[in-house]
Amino acid sequence: MRAATFLAIALVLGTAACTERDQSLYQGKVENGKPAYEGTGVQAFTAPGWTPGDRNSWEQELKTRAQRGQNDYSRVSN
Amino acid sequence: MARMKFICDAERCIECNACVTACKNEHEVPWGVNRRRVVTLNDGVPGEKSISVACMHCSDAPCMAVCPVNCFYHTDEGVVLHNKDTCIGCGYCSYACPFGAPQFPSQGTFGVRGKMDKCTFCAGGPEAHGSEAEFKKYGRNRLAEGKLPACAEMCSTKALLAGDGDVIADIFRTRVVTRGKGAEVWGWGTAYGSKQAGQPQGTQSNAPANGGK
Repeated sequence: MRAATFLAIALVLGTAACTERDQSLYQGKVENGKPAYEGTGVQAFTAPGWTPGDRNSWEQELKTRAQRGQNDYSRVSN
Repeated sequence: MARMKFICDAERCIECNACVTACKNEHEVPWGVNRRRVVTLNDGVPGEKSISVACMHCSDAPCMAVCPVNCFYHTDEGVVLHNKDTCIGCGYCSYACPFGAPQFPSQGTFGVRGKMDKCTFCAGGPEAHGSEAEFKKYGRNRLAEGKLPACAEMCSTKALLAGDGDVIADIFRTRVVTRGKGAEVWGWGTAYGSKQAGQPQGTQSNAPANGGK
């Protein structure tokens, strides 16, 4: 029992240095607190097909737009 | 989460400079500043290749690392932007950038150098999205309008792809697998004759006589 406890502590201490470096994308200070999916508030220039403020609909709109506008293989097959 | 990236397909780029023009028009970029440029290798030689270059919005951006006043920042989508109010126009970012993306207007606040200007992936700057102040300093914020960069959307041959890295990588992969390479490409024989131009003599016998059509 004592040996098992000692082994467990040794393992925890031994693997403590194996943490991964932070690989988050963000560097610097994000100056504008508003993300892009909040929209500009100008309806006339906003693309239809998504709801400003809804992150998922914004991302989906950009993906759809990329496929529709840039993937000519899928455009030809449709 | 989307990570915005550019890819330029050198097989498709025809050096028309529409991306450059679209960028300048969309953002009303002044004389002497080109946020995007088309570079041609082996210009005039059969087999020449062109590529459209701008800020590549690096994940570990050298410009950001060397900036002495920390004017750069990443957005949630991985777009590298900068604050012109903080920029001192020192030009370190210009030396650090491997793509020559940072541009300096010839007539600016600081002598002849001015504050740095670069591609924003059509994502504006730190000012309020769609505001007049943002437009004057950084140009249109198309991303907040639910649109992709004007250069890529205007590209006539769809050589320049822009958008979520996963999506455009998938488009590019499909394209490469479908079209083949060299003389297998549709139209190669019309453009360059039946032989595969620019290739060593020993490899030309493999090219099909009809140019792969």
